[in-house]
Amino acid sequence: MGSELSYLKLSALEIRELIVSGRVSAVDVVRGLLDWVEKGDREVCCFVTVDAEGAMAHAEAIDRKVSAGERMGLLAGIPVAVKDNICTESLLTSCSSHILEGFEPPYDAHVVTRLQDEDAVVVGKTNMDEFAMGSSTENSGLFPTGNPWDTGRVPGGSSGGSAAAVAAEMAYLALGSDTGGSIRQPAALCGVVGFKPTYGRVSRYGLIAFASSLDQIGPIGRTVSDVALMTRVISGHDPRDSTCVDRAVPDYPALVDAGVEGRTFGMPVECFGEGLEPETEEAVRAAVGKLKGLGGNVVEISLPHTEYAVAAYYLIATAEASSNLARYDGVHYGYRPEKAEDIIELFSRAREEGFGSEVKRRVMLGTYALSAGYYDAYYLKASKVRSLIKSDFDKAFGEVDFIVCPTSPSPAFKLGEKVDDPLKLYLCDIYTIPANLAGLPGISIPCGLSTEGLPIGVQLMGRPFDEEGVLQAARAVEGALDFEPRRPPLARRRTGS
Amino acid sequence: MAKYEAVIGIEVHAELWTKSKLFCGCNAEFGASPNTHTCPVCLGMPGVLPVMNREAFEHALRAALAFNCRIPRITRCDRKNYYYPDLPKNYQISQLYANLGTDGYVDLFLDGSEKRVGILNVHIEEDAGKLLHPETPGADFSLVDLNRAGVPLLEIVSAPDMRSVEEADAFMRTARDMLLYLEASDCKMEEGSLRFEASVSLRPEGAEKLGTRVEIKNLNSMKAVNRVVGYEIDRQEKRLEMGEGVLQETRLWDEESGATSAMRSKEEASDYRYFPEPDLVPIELDEGWIESARESLPELPHYRRRRFVTEHGLPEYDASVLTQERAAADFFEEAVSKGAAAKSVSNWLMGDVLRLVNEKKIAFSELGLSADNLVEVIKLVDSGEINRSAAKDVLEEVIDSGKSPGEVVRDRGLAQISGEEELEAVARKVIEGNPKPVEDFRKGKKGAVGFLVGQVMKETRGRANPKVVSEILTRLLSS
Repeated sequence: MGSELSYLKLSALEIRELIVSGRVSAVDVVRGLLDWVEKGDREVCCFVTVDAEGAMAHAEAIDRKVSAGERMGLLAGIPVAVKDNICTESLLTSCSSHILEGFEPPYDAHVVTRLQDEDAVVVGKTNMDEFAMGSSTENSGLFPTGNPWDTGRVPGGSSGGSAAAVAAEMAYLALGSDTGGSIRQPAALCGVVGFKPTYGRVSRYGLIAFASSLDQIGPIGRTVSDVALMTRVISGHDPRDSTCVDRAVPDYPALVDAGVEGRTFGMPVECFGEGLEPETEEAVRAAVGKLKGLGGNVVEISLPHTEYAVAAYYLIATAEASSNLARYDGVHYGYRPEKAEDIIELFSRAREEGFGSEVKRRVMLGTYALSAGYYDAYYLKASKVRSLIKSDFDKAFGEVDFIVCPTSPSPAFKLGEKVDDPLKLYLCDIYTIPANLAGLPGISIPCGLSTEGLPIGVQLMGRPFDEEGVLQAARAVEGALDFEPRRPPLARRRTGS
Repeated sequence: MAKYEAVIGIEVHAELWTKSKLFCGCNAEFGASPNTHTCPVCLGMPGVLPVMNREAFEHALRAALAFNCRIPRITRCDRKNYYYPDLPKNYQISQLYANLGTDGYVDLFLDGSEKRVGILNVHIEEDAGKLLHPETPGADFSLVDLNRAGVPLLEIVSAPDMRSVEEADAFMRTARDMLLYLEASDCKMEEGSLRFEASVSLRPEGAEKLGTRVEIKNLNSMKAVNRVVGYEIDRQEKRLEMGEGVLQETRLWDEESGATSAMRSKEEASDYRYFPEPDLVPIELDEGWIESARESLPELPHYRRRRFVTEHGLPEYDASVLTQERAAADFFEEAVSKGAAAKSVSNWLMGDVLRLVNEKKIAFSELGLSADNLVEVIKLVDSGEINRSAAKDVLEEVIDSGKSPGEVVRDRGLAQISGEEELEAVARKVIEGNPKPVEDFRKGKKGAVGFLVGQVMKETRGRANPKVVSEILTRLLSS
């Protein structure tokens, strides 16, 4: 029992090596993990669905493949968690919303197919802000999730369940989705690595849309190398998503240790001003200092339109969401109110009773932004701001290879602390939103702990499709940082270390 | 009494002729049992994405070019948002901000005059499904059939340039014939492949300013459009005469009563909240693509009709019948190019050939007649080898058996007897056997020779050359 539980703190690459070499069985790994989920998740509440039966059956199949000496996939036997807005065939997929109650998709998302092709074991679906709208997972229509570092605090969001699961060692890797920071911000708050690849790098087929032009699936893991591994698996062309580009996928995990010597990092002055907590700033600046020590150059840059990013984002994202979420009307699938008198009542009550308040707020905002007479002033203007933000980045990347800044203005806040102030909550994403508006790759890695013992994240952004460079830079910082502890108290208690 | 001028605009909605739907691989064919031609994409399930059907897009591009539209460098789809249970996503992928074609025109050739009608835009969109309301008494539900959801539609929006029912009718016919020629749509109105919307307003004759417009949607035939436009002109004229004015509204046409009724007014009009479809990438149309599409356009039917009159000297009527179906017009030109006289070819096509097509209830191209064979039949008649009535039989057998006309004539011994000696012998026999007509002829009733010619034809089982027979008989009787 003890040895099974100690496997859980290993990295994905390490556990894969043990499984494919036959030293550990996938069944033991998955069983150990499921036992821990059953116990530990009562406290964290990161899973909305656990597929114990499916995971065990899959683990047995992996072990048979190992015994038969077959070629093993890149993720062989690795238990992974999937955010609940990513479709899994015949496995409940709810977006943590009542309106998708009982919905079992008849298809897998492209990324899920890729995971399975590489022999990963999907153990369950993780909690999230309803339809990915939020930064704390408190907007889940089901229940809130606790931060493994302090379960009285939020794990961030919207991929809070995935980040918490990885931090709590209830999954080696997890898939999240990032529309305005929903992978990077919870990764920062949970002390793990979260990566949003370039828009178009990973197929969105099967990702339940929030804002189509901003949504991107990405991995969450405990090390940069693990994240590089999962990025390699999920990236690449898919003819079912026309926004997904046909470009060769480098072997990221093999390239990740190249270092940063001679590379230039830009620190945007706009990201180190008002609203940034001093402890966070200190930790991020310390990480930047490490880059210099590794042979990197650091310069100050300006991204002058950053101050309009949050405003533009909340117009574009809500406008797209108002249309994307129109299909949830009680007619075809999901929640259907009983005894509706006519079609209008059916539509209205399905949405009134099925959606939570944040979703309704954003659908209304978006509907307004697209309405006749307001389209030019809101949606169109926001699109123009988006172009300006993009050109800020284009200009910056003429001078620097990477941009480095905080992921979140502060570490994890207390559950309930910001629920009554949506605007304050929206500002949690101030440093992550620009990468979505510009479609850039962005990663968050842990760079220290606050005096309260809460993780702080540093963010690195790169040129479009330079996932390779971003992962290399992240790996370099990761290797240079030497704070302790890296594991949350919850996981340390389990293993007694 | 004030005189009013009608101002009419028409939208043509044609289902594009493709194997699969606009954004998924589902079969786009009409008539399958409900909801069998569906998949997660056209059912609008969560997380799925549309992918543009290249065949549909190319059809639409060719149509836009045929309607003389300007083609932008970049065209894009937009979402049209509205709630309806036959629309699974509750938005329709259409175009508004960057239509595939804009500012085009089409020339109508009316009786003795020409008229140019502007085309505001040509764009592509997906069709919706269909609601079925059970007729069972007390049924408190409706059913949805989504087979048609996602079938590609082409929308051609005319400028309000038509002034009469006749012009509206000519516009619809021209548009339909063009789409058939382009093989962009099968235009089967009974299957809903071709639908229309009309807008009608009146203004005092000579006025510049447009009157208040009424729109009528969901018209399933050209006949319905003609009736609705006629009805609206009358209705609006009466209202204007009585000083009541016309309300800007959308009206519903009732086929049975032959009248329109108010559906929704301008104030109730939907706000579709169009915005660019983020799930589809903009389509860049480079010059090469546009040019190769333009080069692939066939000569359009209305221009071809005019050319058949001027170039081949056909009567207007022949030209319009022959150009209705592209295969027939191609056949005509091929036969003429192989040396047959235009009018002979036209006569054969409009007579026996189209009769056979109609009898067999098939398309012209399915008849299996080659231009070479018809030219050969015509030559056999012209050279006197067979007569006209035998030629009809030959043609039918050529079609049924696939033999060449020469083979049929030889196998069936249909070659015309033109030999003087052989025919003279028969003629003498006929004269002997028919004293009464012979006497009539000799008394001056020259017409009696016709009966005798008929008798010779009968004796030779139709193989005699009637012209030669007539000459021989006249000579024998006059001597």
